[in-house]
Amino acid sequence: MTATLDAPRSDATGTRTAPATDVPILECENLCISYFTRAGEIPAVQDFNLRVMPGEAIGLVGESGCGKSTVAMAVMRYLGGAGRIVDGVIRFKGRDITTLSEEELRRIRGSEIAMIYQEPMAALNPSMKIGLQLMEVPLFHEDNCSQKEAYQRSVDILTKVRLPDPERLMDAYPHQISGGQQQRVVIAMALLSNPSLLLLDEPTTALDVTVEAGIIKLIAEISAEYGTSMIYISHNLGLIWETCSRVSVMYSGEVVEEAEIRRLFEKPTHPYTNGLFGCIPTPKSDKHTHPLLAIPGQLPLPHERPRGCNFGPRCDFFEAGRCDQGVIPMRAVGDGGGHEARCVKFEEIDWSDYGRDAKVFEPIEPGEVVLKADQMQKYYPIYDRSLAAILSGNSVRHVKANEDISFEARKGQTVAIVGESGCGKSTFAKVLMGLETATGGALTFTGDDIAEQGVNSRSDEQLSSLQMVFQNPNDTLNPSMTVGGQIARVIRKFGVEKDPDKIRGRVLRLLDLVKLPRAFANRRPRQLSGGQKQRIGIARAFAGNPAVVVADEPVSALDVSVQAAVTSLLMDIQREFDTTLLFISHDLGVVRYLADRVVVMYLGHIVEQGTTEEVFSPPYHPYTEALLAAVPVADPEVEKKQIILEGSPPSVINPPTGCPFHTRCPRKLGEICETQVPPTQRTPQGHAIFCHIPLDELREFEPVFKTAAE
Amino acid sequence: MADLTLNDVPRRDPLWLRLLKSLRLLRESWMAMVGVGIIVFWIAVALLAPVISPFPYTQQIPAMVQAPMFSTIPEGFMLTSFTDEGMVRTEVSGIYLLGGDNLGRDVLSRIIWGARPVLFWAPLATFCAYAVGILLGLLAGYRRGWIDDVLSRVADIILSFPVLVLYVVLITQLGQSSINILLAVTFASAPGIFRIVRGLTLDLRNRDYVAAAQTRGESQWYVMFVEILPNARGPLIVDACLRLGYTTITLGVLGFLGLGLPPPDPNWGNLIAENRTIALTAPHAVVWPCIAISSLVLGLNMLADGLREISLKD
Repeated sequence: MTATLDAPRSDATGTRTAPATDVPILECENLCISYFTRAGEIPAVQDFNLRVMPGEAIGLVGESGCGKSTVAMAVMRYLGGAGRIVDGVIRFKGRDITTLSEEELRRIRGSEIAMIYQEPMAALNPSMKIGLQLMEVPLFHEDNCSQKEAYQRSVDILTKVRLPDPERLMDAYPHQISGGQQQRVVIAMALLSNPSLLLLDEPTTALDVTVEAGIIKLIAEISAEYGTSMIYISHNLGLIWETCSRVSVMYSGEVVEEAEIRRLFEKPTHPYTNGLFGCIPTPKSDKHTHPLLAIPGQLPLPHERPRGCNFGPRCDFFEAGRCDQGVIPMRAVGDGGGHEARCVKFEEIDWSDYGRDAKVFEPIEPGEVVLKADQMQKYYPIYDRSLAAILSGNSVRHVKANEDISFEARKGQTVAIVGESGCGKSTFAKVLMGLETATGGALTFTGDDIAEQGVNSRSDEQLSSLQMVFQNPNDTLNPSMTVGGQIARVIRKFGVEKDPDKIRGRVLRLLDLVKLPRAFANRRPRQLSGGQKQRIGIARAFAGNPAVVVADEPVSALDVSVQAAVTSLLMDIQREFDTTLLFISHDLGVVRYLADRVVVMYLGHIVEQGTTEEVFSPPYHPYTEALLAAVPVADPEVEKKQIILEGSPPSVINPPTGCPFHTRCPRKLGEICETQVPPTQRTPQGHAIFCHIPLDELREFEPVFKTAAE
Repeated sequence: MADLTLNDVPRRDPLWLRLLKSLRLLRESWMAMVGVGIIVFWIAVALLAPVISPFPYTQQIPAMVQAPMFSTIPEGFMLTSFTDEGMVRTEVSGIYLLGGDNLGRDVLSRIIWGARPVLFWAPLATFCAYAVGILLGLLAGYRRGWIDDVLSRVADIILSFPVLVLYVVLITQLGQSSINILLAVTFASAPGIFRIVRGLTLDLRNRDYVAAAQTRGESQWYVMFVEILPNARGPLIVDACLRLGYTTITLGVLGFLGLGLPPPDPNWGNLIAENRTIALTAPHAVVWPCIAISSLVLGLNMLADGLREISLKD
């Protein structure tokens, strides 16, 4: 496509054009990395082996704290003051990186090995134009590169990463473009020097799903087109499935399983890998018949690792005397083929009836309507204080965060509100909780209209029957109060109990309910892990016997294995108290798993609502369809349609006329979408779609997911 | 649900024990420990003044005017005092360890007694400034709106005056008394504290636990003082130590200018002021009170630095 990109560079061409011979790009052998802190040496990574062949994309999966980023930092030799490689070698194209000088490292970093981080904004210099930042790469790394050539190459690479209007972008500052575009610029920057190894550390975690899908596709294309070797680090098995050819699963500083991707997904061998798969909702799991199987316990701290198998204390197949003896080596699985697992007894484990004894629940029969939103609106005014605006009378504009929100929630039901960031789902939660008041419409809760009642004008009864579970575990609890004190406060405030001993008893019972030890009552939040904090948040929300609990992304900040545990806990408690749950999320996997009804939002509008089954199968709203297709699915048996949305969601200050989705809609009809607000089309069953395309035509869409077995 | 026994979870430690435990954290920083050492030393001196002071702080011995350090009182010196029974003459003897001042009084005794007003009024004035600053800062930061606009502008205006001018104007207008000095210090320091508290509140009010308290229908005072203030304590404690140092200096400066805590009680600022005319001939009479002030301020600053260091470690 572009001459400059394909222009041979003496050192890189050899590796790119060469067939996948036996010269690996990167080799890690028996790598051990430790951090040295006040508490002494903390081994972060132990006995790490990895081989990256030319053109190969290797996935590194694991939960936070398992050492996957440390490996990437070690490859870049960026460990910082506290980290040190204590043993082993890292060979890059045959040269041992661990012995290189700073000057030699500088030549390699950014030109032969490039890294892409999680936060695109942090990787770009906010006070420098994008063009200059891009041009720096060839100007710095190549001796005889002219300004003009650097400019041309930068423009070419921006086109390459599918960024529209590259000349204009070259002249923009990072904050002037969206997060997805920023990440594309970062990728472009990494590709500019034509590296032979690309390290991607959770490159899409900070992005919305539809934007993520685009980036993932781009990464896959790059890998196919240039044959750049990649190490892709992620906690998301679905993303790894879509990008990588081999995968290493890490747990507590060690690789526990390594295999070719299809083999690992079809036949996971290590109990931890199996546990991980049990924790992620796939199109096949279901809260009633195939519930998620959470891994019990939590990741051991690096200096508190058990003897023998690190996963031992959390493993259902743990055998004292065998699993806790000495160092456990990687062993080949089956006929080999590069499939290895770090388990002494994987041959003996029969996975076929594992989890069969899990509880099976009867679906809940929804009761009467508890909560009803009727054309609710929430506008935020923005005051423009410039003279021109005041003179022209346009000094107040509105952010239309919620426009025409209408839906119902019944007793005992789980209603999910789905959408990407900025769609207005959190605003709705704020209005519902009384932290904001609605601009128009009605919000009926147990018979009263609370749309315009803030927290101060609500009765204690209304307050106690509407409670919330928050998103950020580190923010949800007051750091200077004990956990027990915070739960007790709710009980006292809502007058559930009066006597101090009874209050204390109830606090302890709530701790039992969220499956935490009673001694936690005296602890402070900083002594708790993220998942534990979130459990306390749930206990607090249920302390006042609420009728409706709003959960705003309650598990999105947690690790996969903890997510499953917290999700099931939330569902168990909900079932026990027959509470209505409003589950706000961007994660369609979880939503499909636990919701009874789904409300899909886009730019303050409800674009589709219905039962989970209705929403997840045709007829779809085109946005729902794209959203479903964007979610990575970690299941080799499920085939997924590919729809990539162009661009990013428009600003709510200046929403598009007509249908809010028309700017990105792949099924746009034509002018009608731009000028007329679409009708809400309803089926007799109550499935509603906000679109100009007739229902019959929408029904013709192919389903997004197809199971290979069907 | 499992049978409920309340005794299977130990109750929390009593308050004093928890305070003691958090004080133990200070041991992590030598800087804080030295600071605490200096401060405790001066507190002990102030408390024990009647016991350890070698002479009454008003006792004038003409022979000892501007006497150098370690001078002995001339033998047979009789001090005249008036009691109900008439004039009494008593013999006085001993050594002026730090020398005599402009009126022949013992500098050491005056420094010892002078610690009392400083260690009483400086913390009290700082405390008042904090009470005002915290209350208004929380209000402005939590309520926002017009109340924030008004309070912030007033604070800006006060802060735009040179502090010393502010003190001189206030004390000359209000009259020279301990209470007025306290008012002046509060008036001049509170805006700075207000700004810190307001800034911290602006950040903390957006936390989820504050939203959780609001959705429980807690009063704004509860949210401000229970949910927000305790979480702002880290930077505030460090600032309080520094500010206590500034106030100590301020008291000294006011004493030096003759606007300080009123006589006859000696205080370190007054000591310097009284003896400044003899600073060249009898430097000890000025230098020792100066050292007293700076050592206390140094101790407070070291404690502040140490606390900051400890809080960053966690």
